[in-house]
Amino acid sequence: MKNWKEKIIRLLLVASASISILIVLSIFLFLGKEALPFAFDPGLSALWGTRWIPVSFKEELFGLLPLLTGSILVTVLATAIMIPFGVLGAVYIAEIARGPERDILKPFIEILTAIPSVVIGFFGLVVLSPIIKNIFHLNTGLTALSGAVLLALMAIPTVISISEDAIRSVPKSYKEASLALGAKRLQTIFSVIVPAALPGIIAAIMLGIGRVIGETMVVLMVTGNAAKITFNPMSSVRTMTATIAAEMGEVAFGSHHYRALFWVGIILLLITFGLNVIAQKVLKRYRTVE
Amino acid sequence: MENQIKDRIILWLIRLFFYFIVAIVGYIIFDIVYNGLSTLSWEFITGFPRRSGAEGGIFPAIVGTAYLVFGAIIVALPLGMASAIYLSEYARTGRFTSLVRLAITTLAGVPSIVFGLFGLGLFVIFFGFGASILSGSLTLSFMILPTIIVSSEESLRAVPMSLREGSLALGASKWQTIYKNVLPNALPGMLTGAILGIGRAAGETAPILLTVAAFYLPRLPGSIFDQVMALPYHLYVLATQHPEAEKVLPMQYGTALVLLLLVIIFNLGAIILRNHFRKKIQW
Repeated sequence: MKNWKEKIIRLLLVASASISILIVLSIFLFLGKEALPFAFDPGLSALWGTRWIPVSFKEELFGLLPLLTGSILVTVLATAIMIPFGVLGAVYIAEIARGPERDILKPFIEILTAIPSVVIGFFGLVVLSPIIKNIFHLNTGLTALSGAVLLALMAIPTVISISEDAIRSVPKSYKEASLALGAKRLQTIFSVIVPAALPGIIAAIMLGIGRVIGETMVVLMVTGNAAKITFNPMSSVRTMTATIAAEMGEVAFGSHHYRALFWVGIILLLITFGLNVIAQKVLKRYRTVE
Repeated sequence: MENQIKDRIILWLIRLFFYFIVAIVGYIIFDIVYNGLSTLSWEFITGFPRRSGAEGGIFPAIVGTAYLVFGAIIVALPLGMASAIYLSEYARTGRFTSLVRLAITTLAGVPSIVFGLFGLGLFVIFFGFGASILSGSLTLSFMILPTIIVSSEESLRAVPMSLREGSLALGASKWQTIYKNVLPNALPGMLTGAILGIGRAAGETAPILLTVAAFYLPRLPGSIFDQVMALPYHLYVLATQHPEAEKVLPMQYGTALVLLLLVIIFNLGAIILRNHFRKKIQW
């Protein structure tokens, strides 16, 4: 009797654990299901175009390239800002900051991860955009750069905290050996500790990039949403995430436009999935080396 | 000597980088709190919006967010806890376990707007729930599931092996051991994860955009098949879609402050709970 109970409980637990797998599979399945008819009519080649004009009386165009370059531009800019701040921040917390300073400031920076993205976007809209507009004498502050600054800010706590773990898990003997050989503190940090922690730091940056690409509300609110191919940081762009968020509400169910938006979702999903898997592999190998 | 000065300069530069971020975080919070406080009033919190949100309060949005979060947590919490118990107490290293772990890290990395698309495809259309509290809650519950699993598993693993061994040696079954000896000790940590999940669910906009949120609906929902307003979406609408966006700036700041306070209270609560029990339990 008792044995039965144990078995049933075990089964229930296995079933619960399987649900995560089921959810991931059904995400792929249901995105695919809504997107697939587009592949037959008008065909996938329609996605490989340079113009995204989904609503038009003449000819509807579903070229994803402007959205893709929009996402890439914002992501590259955000990554360029995020790396120095994230890595130096991690070095500071792990190697330089002392007890109370670290204990207070680290959780303080982590508040950033808790602030809802719509609040960050709102701050960008009313505070940051006007500043960028004035500094660069633009017609509008709603630019790729504005979005990138905010996205970098949102990703920095992630980069700091994972990089810090990586730096901390460098064996103490490395540091001691370097100091014993007469190397200075900074030399030790940048010639011994950071190189040893590099795989973990790279994984941290990749996870940060994953967050940046997938972020929706901030880019929707502050990048101006102009679907055009450009690599000018001061220009308005429209990212993939913002396109889905802005257009899905008004689209006719089952239309080409509707299905094209699901393709945008699939591309996003594949990119973030790839980044995640690679980052986890790097982190895992790194942890087993320890 | 010259080298030492150079080192010092570099050290201060690193410090500068770090404090720059600290200053920005501080400024964001200051800006929202400072500008939002003047709007915050009893009427703002408990009143209904008028003139498409330009006047009145945000009560329906607060209620809507509360419904969504409650719905998300009653689905995600049992599922997440059960998954964590399996992973920490039963799972052996093998294909199934690594598949479950891959699924969890994948879920954690799925962009929130993709969760929205998924919720739209599965709940709104396939199951026919329409844009409703039910669709929105379920979508959010899937999104916070990884947070809950990961933190629950961590707190289960923190319970020392000796507690399990002692119980098993006395003849208790595996589940009895888990239920009587492991779970009570891991519960505070699991609750911390749940609270963090609530905080995340309350602040997300993109998933509810496609599955539940109403643009302007100044009344309370009647059933789980109704649409509702929600705080984050309300802020988005006021800030970007409102015809007089500049004029309703105080309403925007007020809404942002309520949202910010909500998630900070949840996060602080989680941290305090964790520290409290960490001090109390000593192995």
